Amino acid sequence: MLTKRIIPCLDIKDGRTVKGVNFEQIRDAGDPIELGAFYASQGADELVFLDITATIEGRKTLSALVNKIAHHINIPFTVGGGIKTEEDVRVLLQNGADKISINTAAFLDPTTISRFAKQFGSQCIVLAIDAKCEADNNWYVYLNGGRTKTNKLVVDWAKEAVDLGIGEILLTSMNHDGTKQGFALDITAQLAENLPVPIIASGGGGTAAHFYDVFTKGKADAALAASIFHYKELAIPDLKEYLNQKGIAIRI
Amino acid sequence: MNLSIIQYNAGNIQSVLYALERLGVTASVTDDPAMIQASDKVIFPGVGEASTAMAYLKERNLDQLIVSLKQPVLGICLGMQLMCQHSEENDTNCLGIFEEQVLAFKATENTTKVPQMGWNNISHLKTDLFNRVPENSFTYFVHGFYAGIGNNTIATTDYIQPYSSALQKNNFYGVQFHPEKSAEVGEQIIQNFLALKS
Repeated sequence: MLTKRIIPCLDIKDGRTVKGVNFEQIRDAGDPIELGAFYASQGADELVFLDITATIEGRKTLSALVNKIAHHINIPFTVGGGIKTEEDVRVLLQNGADKISINTAAFLDPTTISRFAKQFGSQCIVLAIDAKCEADNNWYVYLNGGRTKTNKLVVDWAKEAVDLGIGEILLTSMNHDGTKQGFALDITAQLAENLPVPIIASGGGGTAAHFYDVFTKGKADAALAASIFHYKELAIPDLKEYLNQKGIAIRI
Repeated sequence: MNLSIIQYNAGNIQSVLYALERLGVTASVTDDPAMIQASDKVIFPGVGEASTAMAYLKERNLDQLIVSLKQPVLGICLGMQLMCQHSEENDTNCLGIFEEQVLAFKATENTTKVPQMGWNNISHLKTDLFNRVPENSFTYFVHGFYAGIGNNTIATTDYIQPYSSALQKNNFYGVQFHPEKSAEVGEQIIQNFLALKS
């Protein structure tokens, strides 16, 4: 049976993980390779590396880093952050990334999606959507790391992107991100039930029960979290054991 | 050991190469027939579209070469599908090593996502390729087409319906999943392939 996936996310700046981690087992908490390998050994199903480096020099560091990650990690991983051109994608895939994620650039020029999908295959193109529920109770797409609001509804953008050839959607709820109060179940379920691609839920996971909820009520195919794993508030083996006992299909 | 990875236009060859490196094995990535023929083992990877890949192989006579190989050959993902008779993906005649047909997954009310993406069980494991691999182990899949179950099936997986997650005939092996991305289970399967007698 196809399992639900648990995906730790690592923020990268200039080749180092940014948010601190709190693991005794890790010698260098800033080393993305060591941390990624640790999560893989703990049973993470995939990894996401999100590059928040702004400079061009930093981008070169990223491709070298992706190459090192690919050498050391035996599970699939996605790389995102600032990807705009075919050349950006080619460099990352050639260095061993399994998938790339795009966000703002795809929104500003949706043909990006169809071009990438045609050239590299839908299976390796993930659309990241930063979503916020406004006072009118609708979910809107935000760009530029959540700084810029658009008037586009999340459901419309997601549908459009699937038609253009996106292979997977990483949905982050800005309302829930960082709260540890649980994932955005309604919008996640709305996308998961209506689209033929997997939905990765992100933002708000604080307890094992939140993950259970997002896989059942939220119908998510995968769930992503960062700080609760980095700060050992929830260990992946414990989380997976909990989900398994609750009857969720999970890789143990 | 002398190991070749067939180079053609449907790769994620890097991750296969890196997985072998992690096991301490160096492989040559090549489309040189003499080099491939002289190898102890051959890996035929593949991510991409069937008709484009087959056209490329034919143009370079790699199709003839692959079917003539006598050493252990491992097809991965699209590589495995190309070793079957025929693929529904753009109605493509394939290499015909395995008698199974490659069909398109059709979404149902219960399973709406195609392609299948993620970790799924492999069951009914046969042959030395699965030595020390427990029944129902998890491996990583990304595919929209599948090989049906037939005489060459050596592992099955269930997605929408049961299908062949691995095939074998004589010296030819194929796996639908990505052993290079399937954590320790995948490493064991690669090691088992490397340990097969030539």
